[in-house]
Amino acid sequence: MNQVQKGKIICAPATSGGGAIALIRVSGQGAVETLSEIFQPADNQIDITKAKGYSLILGTISSHDEFIDQVLVSVFRAPHSYTGEEMVEISCHASPFIQHRIIEILIEKGVETAAPGEFTMRAFMNGKMDLSQAEAVADIIAADSEAAHRLAASQLRGGFSAGIEKLRHELVTFASLIELELDFSEEDVQFANRFAMTETVIKIKDMVDRLASSFRLGNAIRKGIPVVIAGRPNVGKSSLLNLLLQEERAIVSDIPGTTRDTIEEVLHLGGLLFRFIDTAGLREGGDEIEELGMERTRSKLRAAEVVLAVAEATDTDESIAALAASIGEITGNSGARLIVLVNKSDLITRKRIAELKRELKDICPCPALFVSASQSEGIEQVRKQLIASVETGKLDNPQYIVTNARHYEALKNVSDSLRRVLDGFRDGIPTVLIATDVRQSIYYLGQITGRITPDDILGEIFSKFCIGK
Amino acid sequence: MIFSYDIIVVGGGHAGCEAAHIAAVMGAKTLLVTMDMTKLAQMSCNPAMGGIAKGQIVREIDALGGSSGIITDRSMIQFRMLNRSKGPAMWSPRAQCDRMLFSREWRKLLEQTENLAIWQEEASGIIIEDGVVKGVTTTFGTELRADAVILTNGTFLNGLMHVGFKTMSGGRSGDPASRGLSEQLRELGFEVERLKTGTSARVDGRSVDFSAMTEQKGDDDGRCFSYLHDRVDIKDQRSCYITHTNEKAHGILREGLKFSPLYTGRIKGRGPRYCPSVEDKIVTFADKEAHQLFLEPEGWETNEYYINGFASSLKLETQISALREIKGLENVIIYRPGYAIEYDFFQPTQLKHSLETKRVGGLFFAGQINGTTGYEEAAAQGLVAGINAVQKVRGKDPFILKRDEAYIGVLIDDLVTKGIDEPYRMFTSRAEYRILLRQDNADERLSPMAVELGTAEPGRIERLVEKYRMVDELMVFLKNCSISPEEINGFLKEKDTAEINQKIKAINIATRPQVSLEELLEQIGGSGKLSYAGSVRKTEIIEAAEIKIKYSGYLERERGIAEKIMRLEGLKIPEEINYEELASISTEGRQKLSKIKPDTIGQASRISGVSSSDVSILIMYLGR
Repeated sequence: MNQVQKGKIICAPATSGGGAIALIRVSGQGAVETLSEIFQPADNQIDITKAKGYSLILGTISSHDEFIDQVLVSVFRAPHSYTGEEMVEISCHASPFIQHRIIEILIEKGVETAAPGEFTMRAFMNGKMDLSQAEAVADIIAADSEAAHRLAASQLRGGFSAGIEKLRHELVTFASLIELELDFSEEDVQFANRFAMTETVIKIKDMVDRLASSFRLGNAIRKGIPVVIAGRPNVGKSSLLNLLLQEERAIVSDIPGTTRDTIEEVLHLGGLLFRFIDTAGLREGGDEIEELGMERTRSKLRAAEVVLAVAEATDTDESIAALAASIGEITGNSGARLIVLVNKSDLITRKRIAELKRELKDICPCPALFVSASQSEGIEQVRKQLIASVETGKLDNPQYIVTNARHYEALKNVSDSLRRVLDGFRDGIPTVLIATDVRQSIYYLGQITGRITPDDILGEIFSKFCIGK
Repeated sequence: MIFSYDIIVVGGGHAGCEAAHIAAVMGAKTLLVTMDMTKLAQMSCNPAMGGIAKGQIVREIDALGGSSGIITDRSMIQFRMLNRSKGPAMWSPRAQCDRMLFSREWRKLLEQTENLAIWQEEASGIIIEDGVVKGVTTTFGTELRADAVILTNGTFLNGLMHVGFKTMSGGRSGDPASRGLSEQLRELGFEVERLKTGTSARVDGRSVDFSAMTEQKGDDDGRCFSYLHDRVDIKDQRSCYITHTNEKAHGILREGLKFSPLYTGRIKGRGPRYCPSVEDKIVTFADKEAHQLFLEPEGWETNEYYINGFASSLKLETQISALREIKGLENVIIYRPGYAIEYDFFQPTQLKHSLETKRVGGLFFAGQINGTTGYEEAAAQGLVAGINAVQKVRGKDPFILKRDEAYIGVLIDDLVTKGIDEPYRMFTSRAEYRILLRQDNADERLSPMAVELGTAEPGRIERLVEKYRMVDELMVFLKNCSISPEEINGFLKEKDTAEINQKIKAINIATRPQVSLEELLEQIGGSGKLSYAGSVRKTEIIEAAEIKIKYSGYLERERGIAEKIMRLEGLKIPEEINYEELASISTEGRQKLSKIKPDTIGQASRISGVSSSDVSILIMYLGR
């Protein structure tokens, strides 16, 4: 490992295409020394090998008298760099030829190309960031939308860790009360009663559950919020989708590998990434193949964050409400928001629209919007409703959104352990057995915050209680 | 003359006695060197053995063939099982002992042990040849030679006692300190540090008004410490008594602080947070109006009482005046004042898990010299050091208990892995697999190991086999025995638990928390034919079966977690690893790892200052 560790690695520019300047980074002991072999500072007085950290030096890169480019070099000295190692960043002109040539000659000088994520891996190995921060870097690089970027960035700054720290403190305090009862039962101290303890556990479990449930949203923000379009065949689902997408054609891209019967496309709206999933029509009965499609539709519905239920303006209020109800049955308590879109509003009068709206208000529990795909009417409203349906308010407090699957798993386990603690209190089982579940919860939280040791708990006890009769 | 042994143990306290005894039992020619053989295994602090976590340790010592449990059973004047309501893993035996009888019983045992000799003189130096220990020298210049030496010097190394501003060199009230050894070890490169501990005044029972205090009696169900004893019935058990300090007493103590060696900076060593002096308590917890005091009888034939909770190094006058403000102690007369003692100890991170020092081959440390407190912790280390000294001399593998096998394993792993910054005492919360490490199953956990080591007395393993044969027989019976609603519903109703509406197996009823197995067995016929019913060990058998039935879910879960985590213990770290080369590990982590040289990834992960990312890096490094 030492060889790899000490070896210099090079990173090709992260962005290809677009922009006039490209960045090439070299990390590892001797990075400056190596660069000095091909780099000539514009100011002859400057010796780059003696340059301090954070200095910027203008100069030229050439190889065997072949001029390659005029570049700006930033020097970083260990450990004050991204990776914690000696680093140089070469800002060159963004011509693919220049970039490739510079990398080529650096490799001739003994530099190796970086494996994916190797810079971050080195930063982690050198203790520049903890695991959750390293994972956040991976997220930032992959972040496709503003909201996802905001989440990842906050985690990188340690915002998430700060939120979790409060939780850790609460849990350690609680654990110390339980351990106090066990190890110091002979001492002359006041033990907390079960009622107060139950209250405390419920409070902590609420915090954990809120965090864990934010994963659904956090995950959606990272991967794109799944919006499922459902309804009878031929009500205009596809044309509505096309309408939504057409408007934003410039930034639409296809996600490869989608199933044949459900089409997925992504779209940025209000800084959020939405992932639209068109489904086979919802219809009772039908042949086996159709039934297979229906099952797929149902599973998509269950995974949806938002469902657009498409009906026709010529439908009765009851049938529209029935559509909403049947979808609600499938999504169950998954937390998906339902929006009814009444398409082909151009086919009925304004008076009828107003009437239908009124009727629906009474019997349909979700918002109903009137649109006309063919006339491109009402689509702006749909967009607004989509953005509103995602609780963006939570994003103002991004440390309370969990985006990382490892954290989510850990929080779920903390929550499960705490539920067993509550069961134990209810059933009046012996404290030592309740304590095993408390310890479990601490163990799992420790997977996010770093180990919580018996010394942490004993320290809490000795600071609060007079031990030693 | 040449005096030559296999093993020499220096020090006759709890660690030294266990070490010397077990080494001799294993057949090694052993010498115990003590400054005063009338004070073997002294209880220098309060006259009690066991208690929470400590009682479990005594049971473990006994299961391994040690003697602290047997001696306690022979000298106890009161027995209590603490924490009965907290669940089976918390049951903790505790005994008040006759201090003098305890010491006499130890001496009797040692004098009757084959292969064991005793030498009364102060050991003042260690003989080292080629970096390996070869014996000890005494103050009169005698050379005692051996292949392994176990130091158990307790608080005697440069011991300094304080009462007010008066100081006196000594290892314990009335005994001289030991000099020279620390200095020699320091020159050899050992890190020597100072700790402090304290003890309370002892008073004349005739001057105490016990009627003004709360009496605490012993249990009367014949329980005891040693697995070799069926039951021990103590006739006329002695009681302990509880009283409390008050504002008036606190006022006097506060007044006395200006002569406190602790609060005027004269005492440099660190004391334990969980066993503070009374002056510490009134300062740190100033808003607490009263602190509990616990009067413990010192023996059958003495009226001396130990005032637990009143450890102090304040002036004698202050101690007496404050005591006389306390209910029941208005006219108290003291036999001896409390005092604080500072002493040398060696950071235990300088030891291997076998308790052999990393620096000098064949040299072992055990007991308070490693920074622990407590007779039980000391005795446990003595036992392990004694066994390992023999193993070493015979060229055999060291005997190392894991954290999921025994409190003793937790104790030693904590010491050698984390080091200490205050006197170390065992708590159950230090054991991650607490519900596996119970006082009822120490025999099951450890006695088979004792057989392998050759430390088990005749009869020990037979008793173990007999116990679990009866337990299994009872379990099988409960699994097969059907109970009808008519037979049992009355009983279930009485116990406030759901009645049954068809026949079910008895074991399913036994799992209910409201139902005690003993009462259930009384309800159902047919169990009288089983061997447990006629056994003198009936209670023990029923309890063992009940724990297996009621807590099986928890036990299996804990066992599963232990096995998963203990896998890290299987990832060995090569001894020749150079942590300085692992630049990616944090500086602190690197320093700690180089110093402690963990044997396994599991141990590395428990070192404070070694972060989880340091451990990940180490795993990656070893994986490549």
